[in-house]
Amino acid sequence: MSEVPQNRNYLSSHEWAMPEDDHIVVGITEFAASELGELVYIELPEIGSEVHFDQQFGEIESVKAVSALNSPINGTVVEINSALVESQEAISETPYDDGWMMKIKPAEDSGMDNLLSPQDYESQLSE
Amino acid sequence: MKKTVLNQAHQRHGARLVEFGGFEMPVWYSALTEEHHAVRTRAGVFDLCHMGRFEVVGDDPVAALDRVLTRDVASMKKGQVCYSLVCKEDGGVLDDILVYRLPDRWWLVVNAGNRDKLLPWFAEHLTGAKIIDHSESLAMVALQGPLAARLLAPHIERPKGRSLETLGYYRVGAATVNLTGTPLPGWISRTGYTGEDGFEIYVDSEHAESVFDALLQLSDDVQPCGLGCRDTLRLEAGMPLYGHELSEESDPISAGLEFGVGLNKTTAFIGQAALQEIHTAGPTRQLRGFTVEGRRPARQGASILHEGRIVGEVTSGSPSPTLGVPIACGYVEASLAEDAPLQVDLGRQTPDLKAHPLPFYRKDAEKVN
Repeated sequence: MSEVPQNRNYLSSHEWAMPEDDHIVVGITEFAASELGELVYIELPEIGSEVHFDQQFGEIESVKAVSALNSPINGTVVEINSALVESQEAISETPYDDGWMMKIKPAEDSGMDNLLSPQDYESQLSE
Repeated sequence: MKKTVLNQAHQRHGARLVEFGGFEMPVWYSALTEEHHAVRTRAGVFDLCHMGRFEVVGDDPVAALDRVLTRDVASMKKGQVCYSLVCKEDGGVLDDILVYRLPDRWWLVVNAGNRDKLLPWFAEHLTGAKIIDHSESLAMVALQGPLAARLLAPHIERPKGRSLETLGYYRVGAATVNLTGTPLPGWISRTGYTGEDGFEIYVDSEHAESVFDALLQLSDDVQPCGLGCRDTLRLEAGMPLYGHELSEESDPISAGLEFGVGLNKTTAFIGQAALQEIHTAGPTRQLRGFTVEGRRPARQGASILHEGRIVGEVTSGSPSPTLGVPIACGYVEASLAEDAPLQVDLGRQTPDLKAHPLPFYRKDAEKVN
């Protein structure tokens, strides 16, 4: 069973969202990272662009296939983890920490109420 | 989803299972790149039970096969294995297969995803012979890699005391497989889909799991390998994959597989006229190999551009573990010069494609024999 930290919420497509100061940090879960296998490429949004709840914000590519990255929140991108563009290892190794992908300034209607609690996401994984 | 007889074994060995050709198959056990390098430098074991294993029986299987296969079947020697296409009248490819001429019978090994399509097609078009489908009763596992011959030789008995090392590339023969403590009758061929030396072993399905496990225990240098690395290995080796380079809408001439088409063979075969025409006129599109600038692989379906115009499409693409860069195959307009500047449309980026001769990788000839 892969780790599901309690201090954030989840999208059923395996992205997490964690409040940090005024922003929301976004990444993918340990389960998703392990499913993807060896990563070779990531495409992150541009700073200043808008992302939408449950809509694609980027792409992540493993040696085998491309997968969409979906935003757990409505808002504006204020920072991206540009270190990931060079090397995606952090996503596989510490997906909840150095593997973070972007920081979002939430829109008024952030959509975050729709996210899964850690418990709900855990039960999705065990289904 | 169907399962092979080795499904339990895959789970025991920690495989990540995915759907391929209608079967639940291992995509990798540990990691794709590691398994790829294992086959290039040591040895890897593959479950190939998903592939179709057909026996051809009848009064004159040679004539019957020669009418439905592109290859000159009549010229095959006993113990020979040949690559062939099965084409439609218009030259479109129904499947790419291996034909095995055993001392006293003929076998075909076909792609998993095409098994169900080929059985009725052969029933209709194979005149004077019929197919017996042994896919369930006969298992097929492969040991591939430069160490394969040395590791396997002590466990294979061949008629007249011949050693495994004397079995030539693309040759097949009867063998007693002494891997499990019980001598098992079977067949062995020096074939593969990896670009390395290696063998494919055929034993009754009831022994598949013990043979699979025994192969893994031959040495610490052997590891189980999934279909993920099988794909990157075959792509580096310039071998086509049905559903990618080949389909009912593509023909073997454009795919660069003319070696597998006996255009001048004496028995007329289905698709011959169409293929002769494509050969004479020259194909309008051609399968070519490329390396992709940057790190992002180009995947199947990505458009290939020349001066902003779409001139082709990627059929397969992946990071190449051996070359260390992304590689791709794709069809482009045949009129384009080999060195014409090309890009590939990857959405936000359009990196350059650099022509690379096929195959991308050729094994050191000294490793074999």
